[in-house]
Amino acid sequence: MFSLRRQHPSFAHGIHPPEAKDDTKDLPIKQFPFAPVMIVPLQQHIGKPALAVVREGQEVERGQLIAAPDGFVSVAMHAPASGVIQRIGLAPAINGKMGPAIYIKPFAGSSQEVAEGTPCDLDAASADEILLAIQGAGIVGLGGAAFPTHVKLKVPEDRTIDTLVINGVECEPYLTTDHRVMVEQPQDIFTGIRYLLKVTGAPRAIIGVEANKAEVAAALRDAVPADLPVSVAVVAVKYPQGAEKMLIRALLGREVPSGGLPSDVDVVTVNVATTAEIGRLLPHGRGIQERVITIGGPAIRKKGNYRIPIGTPLRFALEYAGMEENLSRVFLGGPMMGQALPSLDIPITKGTSGFTAFTTAQTSAPGEYPCIHCAYCVDACPLFLNPSQLGLLAKSGQYERMADEFHLLDCFECGSCSYVCPAHIPLVQRFRAAKTVVRKRRAAAS
Amino acid sequence: MSQPPRTLEIHSSPHIASGASVDVIMRNVVWALLPVAAFAVYSFGLAALFTLAVAVLSCVATEQVLCRLAAAPSTVRDWSVTITGLLYGLTLPPALPLWMVACGGIIGVAMGKCLFGGLGYNAFNPALVGRAFLQAAFPAAMTSWTPAFADGRFSSLPASTFTFPFAAPEYDVISGATPLALMKFEQQLTASGELLLGLTNGSAGETCAALILAGGVYLAARRMLNWRIPVAILGTVALLAWGFNLADPLHYPPAGFMLLSGGLMLGAVFMATDMVASPITHAGCVVYGVLIGVLVTVIRLWGGMPEGVMYAILLANAVSPHIDGLIQPRVFGTAGGK
Ligand code: SF4
Ligand code: SF4
Repeated sequence: MFSLRRQHPSFAHGIHPPEAKDDTKDLPIKQFPFAPVMIVPLQQHIGKPALAVVREGQEVERGQLIAAPDGFVSVAMHAPASGVIQRIGLAPAINGKMGPAIYIKPFAGSSQEVAEGTPCDLDAASADEILLAIQGAGIVGLGGAAFPTHVKLKVPEDRTIDTLVINGVECEPYLTTDHRVMVEQPQDIFTGIRYLLKVTGAPRAIIGVEANKAEVAAALRDAVPADLPVSVAVVAVKYPQGAEKMLIRALLGREVPSGGLPSDVDVVTVNVATTAEIGRLLPHGRGIQERVITIGGPAIRKKGNYRIPIGTPLRFALEYAGMEENLSRVFLGGPMMGQALPSLDIPITKGTSGFTAFTTAQTSAPGEYPCIHCAYCVDACPLFLNPSQLGLLAKSGQYERMADEFHLLDCFECGSCSYVCPAHIPLVQRFRAAKTVVRKRRAAAS
Repeated sequence: MSQPPRTLEIHSSPHIASGASVDVIMRNVVWALLPVAAFAVYSFGLAALFTLAVAVLSCVATEQVLCRLAAAPSTVRDWSVTITGLLYGLTLPPALPLWMVACGGIIGVAMGKCLFGGLGYNAFNPALVGRAFLQAAFPAAMTSWTPAFADGRFSSLPASTFTFPFAAPEYDVISGATPLALMKFEQQLTASGELLLGLTNGSAGETCAALILAGGVYLAARRMLNWRIPVAILGTVALLAWGFNLADPLHYPPAGFMLLSGGLMLGAVFMATDMVASPITHAGCVVYGVLIGVLVTVIRLWGGMPEGVMYAILLANAVSPHIDGLIQPRVFGTAGGK
């Protein structure tokens, strides 16, 4: 639809779910207390699990390295609290499986001072040294993808990056962590950008912010240091504006090729909270041992933005934040892409941008109708896929055709199609299942 | 501190929805059709009222019974079969014997919808399937028109209405030739103003173009109808008619007449736009609309029948999946993009 919303740049298609950010966007980030036991999974990122470098019974300092990266696509882990390693064993993960984790029991009376490491000097360090420092700091995409940031920053030899895009869009309803980080940590963001510009060789950076945070964008713009080639761009409020491909389209008018990466159009994108962490940690040689999350949704009593230790069990976090009686569903992240939790025994990890809890009032499941070909999904899909056709093929199990003819693997499960579907067809759920099958088959075949 | 519940719902994302629902869309189409139906009753009296009532009842009952027989949950409450019934009733000559009305309704829903698997799977617009059946089985009755605005239309029914099954219907007056038949067989034109306001003879709901358009605008504004389809159909018909009329005004009627007469408005706005039986992409919808426009013009100007909207739409319904096969959205980041 070509409407008056065109005043800010954007991408085509997409949807306008309720933003639901008013409850938490003005609440300052608060420190979250330590749980009696922390569970730090060795795999909180896409790639190989880290290797534990501590033993059971060992005392550790908050911020101390407890697991080292195993290979390039892997990152380090740091102790979320000063305490003792209780055990190294299996812990439940979000995917329902068990994975290796380090259990830490924080010391009760400790001052919880954070350990300092070897600083990464911006001026002295080479690009590769900065990459190593980022990997060593355990940094992954904090927007939710949890992809190791140093891998993303490794630009292919044959490409020249002309723009570093800092993603401060945060289009998921309910989440306000990036919002708060932009308000409270502008200097960390700028320091982070300095490191990132050096690593990528990009001559400039653009911070993309959604129009519902226009005052944040204005404050950031005013605070940009004179010597830093950074601009702040306001983009239209539309979901999924925060998706990498959509943001690059909005800011630069470029389309990342199907199956390709931003570097194919000479861009690298980094989430704004990730950028702030780089700027906060690298000068002190520290690692990520906590992160900012939003705890929100109608079923939460003490909604807010918290700096929470990685490894805090969800049950502890929920009990601290307080729940309404009729809580019925909890999911990590926001309601569009957040994964519903099978249990509360899993810990907060680096990729957890928040969690949202719904009561029974928000979670009625209307009955499913057959697809009526209304094309709402086609008009919503930001990647111009045909979810209606994909849905019909999924129903009849034609997964290969979905992938070969209808670009199934391009779908990034943004949920726009399911959101608008008047027949209430769980399109995304079917696509996710189909993708899993196709990927497995392809992996087996190769 | 409260305790978390023991059971949590596991549900795939997204966890929120727009609130759009099939039954809401369908109900709105019914709303949009009601003024058209009301006008039909106003201009043709009790005959139209009975025709519409029997049309809707026969369609709804057929779906209900077939769902029962298939031991499937009833789908009547999604309102789609009500639309079918209304649309079907609106395309019929108002004085059609009621048993024929019921026959067509049953056939339309049974063969045009349920046989394909119900809503979402019907390749053709079921209302038109019912009408096509009647046209083939009872060609004479289907072209016997009663005059609009007859005196006493609210107090008495035409004799033909209650004809016994398989007896030849008797007509009181057969002078109600439609504007299209007048044009085709007697080279006589009806003024566009009369057509727009529905002051002419014709099928129950085909006569008042203004109300049909208003319903269409309402649905298009609520995104419950793809405006590209009627615009493409009407644009194509207008353009072709204008061209032919310019070349040979004696043989070819002017564009305004072509647009406003017969079932074109009702067909373009309410029947060709059946979501299930039309293409899914906007480009596909334009192609589909142009195709219908060309077919309508060709059948009307050179075919043996005065009206061609029904066959044009049914043909385009059949082609629609192939249009979808050829025209798919251009996937983001593939050729054609920047
Ligand atoms: S979930 Fe996939 S198919 Fe659906 S709108 Fe998003 S990208 Fe398109
Ligand atoms: S939105 Fe739902 S009903 Fe409409 S075309 Fe897409 S899948 Fe079918």
